Amino acid sequence: MQQIAQQLIYGIQLGSLYALIALGYTMVYGVLRLINFAHGDVYMVGAFVGFYACTRWLPFKDLAVHPEAAGANIALAVVALLLAMAICSAMGVLIERFAYRPLRNGLQKADAHFWGLVLGFPITGLFMPVFNGWGPLVAVVVGVGVGFAMRPLVAWLARRVKLSESRLNALITAIGVSLLLENGGLLVFGANPNFIPNILPERTYMLPGGVMVGSSQLTILGVSLVLMLSLRYIVMYTRPGKAMRAISHDIEAAKLMGIDTDRVIAFTFALGGSLAGAGGAMVAALTHVKITPLFGLLPGLKAFVAAVLGGAGSLPGAMVGGLLMGSAESFVAGSSLSMFRDAIAFCVLIIILLVRPAGLMGRHVPEKV
Amino acid sequence: MAALIVSIGLNGCKQQGGSAADSNEIIIGEYASLTGTTATFGVSTHNGVLLAIEEANAAGGVNGKKIKLITEDDRSKADEARVVVTKLVTQNKAVAVLGEVASTRSMTAAPVCQQYKVPMVSPSSTNPEVTRKGDYIFRVCFTDDFQAAVVGKFAYDKGYRKAAIFKDMKNDYSVAFADNFAKSFIKQGGKVVGEQSYQEGDTDFKSQLNTLKAAGPDAILCPGYYSEVGTIGRQAREIGLNVPILGGDGWDSPKLVPGAGTALNGCYFSNHRFSRELDLPEVKAFIANFKKKYNEEPDALAALGYDAAGLVVDAMKRAAKLDGPGIRDAIARTEGFKGVTGVITLDKNRNARKEALILRIDGDVFRVEKTYRPEELGQ
Repeated sequence: MQQIAQQLIYGIQLGSLYALIALGYTMVYGVLRLINFAHGDVYMVGAFVGFYACTRWLPFKDLAVHPEAAGANIALAVVALLLAMAICSAMGVLIERFAYRPLRNGLQKADAHFWGLVLGFPITGLFMPVFNGWGPLVAVVVGVGVGFAMRPLVAWLARRVKLSESRLNALITAIGVSLLLENGGLLVFGANPNFIPNILPERTYMLPGGVMVGSSQLTILGVSLVLMLSLRYIVMYTRPGKAMRAISHDIEAAKLMGIDTDRVIAFTFALGGSLAGAGGAMVAALTHVKITPLFGLLPGLKAFVAAVLGGAGSLPGAMVGGLLMGSAESFVAGSSLSMFRDAIAFCVLIIILLVRPAGLMGRHVPEKV
Repeated sequence: MAALIVSIGLNGCKQQGGSAADSNEIIIGEYASLTGTTATFGVSTHNGVLLAIEEANAAGGVNGKKIKLITEDDRSKADEARVVVTKLVTQNKAVAVLGEVASTRSMTAAPVCQQYKVPMVSPSSTNPEVTRKGDYIFRVCFTDDFQAAVVGKFAYDKGYRKAAIFKDMKNDYSVAFADNFAKSFIKQGGKVVGEQSYQEGDTDFKSQLNTLKAAGPDAILCPGYYSEVGTIGRQAREIGLNVPILGGDGWDSPKLVPGAGTALNGCYFSNHRFSRELDLPEVKAFIANFKKKYNEEPDALAALGYDAAGLVVDAMKRAAKLDGPGIRDAIARTEGFKGVTGVITLDKNRNARKEALILRIDGDVFRVEKTYRPEELGQ
């Protein structure tokens, strides 16, 4: 009994994280009918922001040396969390603006600039041995130069390959963005594992029945709950939230009603990004796992399953799905079948797709012809 | 669309050009995990290898020829290891290959070396299967049969009677280590009371640890890599599992303590015979030279990299012909090579018989607790 309760607590902690990420998937699916595979990588960026905030940007004190700094560190941790949320929501907006919007509205001049620049660097990188010894500044200048030269090519490509609003195009783009972020992360952050040292005081509480709860688990659970409730408030009671729901209902009609759909979609990505960023930063700082550019791969995939399980497009569904996934995983991991821990997520996905394709709380909308 | 092109570009941009051998150079290939999950292993080893090659060249090279080392990064991925080793032997025409630390990667690259008849010397892959891949595959370290038996004996000698095992199920090294530990520990009279597994990349280990805790072990064996072990240690302490955790040479990394904090204080792991505390002239000289070049302390993996490269150079000097088969035969005949990690004699299974150390983690230093010789375990 005590074992079961204990595993349930771990499951809820894990599940609340999956729910945070799953909300981002489900909101984007709601407005665009797009599975944003890059979402897990936004979570990874959140973890890296947390890492840099905790080790370089903010004046955290080592608790082992300065135990009295606990209060100051908690305040700084809140700043770090907000920073991760801000940067990740900006990332979400950027991804939407430069990767998905051109697919909806056609390639604008700014898009060609952006992708030209993005392409310029790896192309310069290919010739890196030539620049070896010239210093990084030369490489950056050449990269930007090559990037500007690439603009006409990008624009020409965009005209040749007719970008259409097809779901498959958007899905492939999402996978591409995910690969870009992961490999770009390898380039920028390096592939070495990073760890966040102890910055918050850690305590363990004993509940009746011998069940233990750690302060880090309570923090993760509490912050996730606050974020989810705020999200619910935003979606249900604010103007942009109402616009999101309108778009999710019928994007064409929403446009006709005068809703600036592009802005609302960007807002949706910002919301999703900030949740994922908060999740990434919290996990990195509180559980001290290693942070690498592939940090978001598996959690992202599992959160996606959680979103489908709950019903893609449904916010309560994502929360329930996340908690179910987390608990299922925790029970399997704690049993003698711990080797099947990851398999369980995908078994759940297969069963849901077979039995209830719309998910637990999803609405089944018949396809209009 | 553009994103895909970019990511392909990014994947391809770390290649280095290489050229075929010219007559005044001998090419040794090295593949190492310079980046990725076990990056500190690869970087340490590479530093040791590079030092050995530079010293050999400074001493006149091999028969008047300079040695050129071409190093490829496998990004800590097994598939990548196969690709870069194929490049080393087919494009760069390396006559010998050094690598890898991780057994999984050595085992995927070994068949390539075997196929092209290029000898491969692994500095520190300890899985017994590695050198069974063929008669061109060697190693300069002990095997997990021995290492795990040492940990099993140590655990029993220390008074632990009930052990639990927590292994990385996808890692050949970890799985074999766990099996051999169990055999040794049970033979001594101990009991394995629980077994759970995790996977590299997992972030939450509390569920499995909680199950292990319920079994009430005296110690936990966790034969994984430093990148996960620190987190496992922290989470074990967090859930109130305060027994010692034991491990193997996969723990040996400057990143172990940053990852673990104080969670692994007083825990033990087995390692190759190399430590700052050893009072031996060749060890002291190596540490001094290494520090002069890199301005940091070498770890055991650096020492093994140094020995692997030194052994290949030594074999080249003795080789009848400077090609793959010639060097292979010379390596196979190695007897009493004086390395910094011990005197290396390769047995008929192409493995080295060497001592193992048990190190205790004490703050951020690893102290020598005990030394075991192969004879002590009847091997």
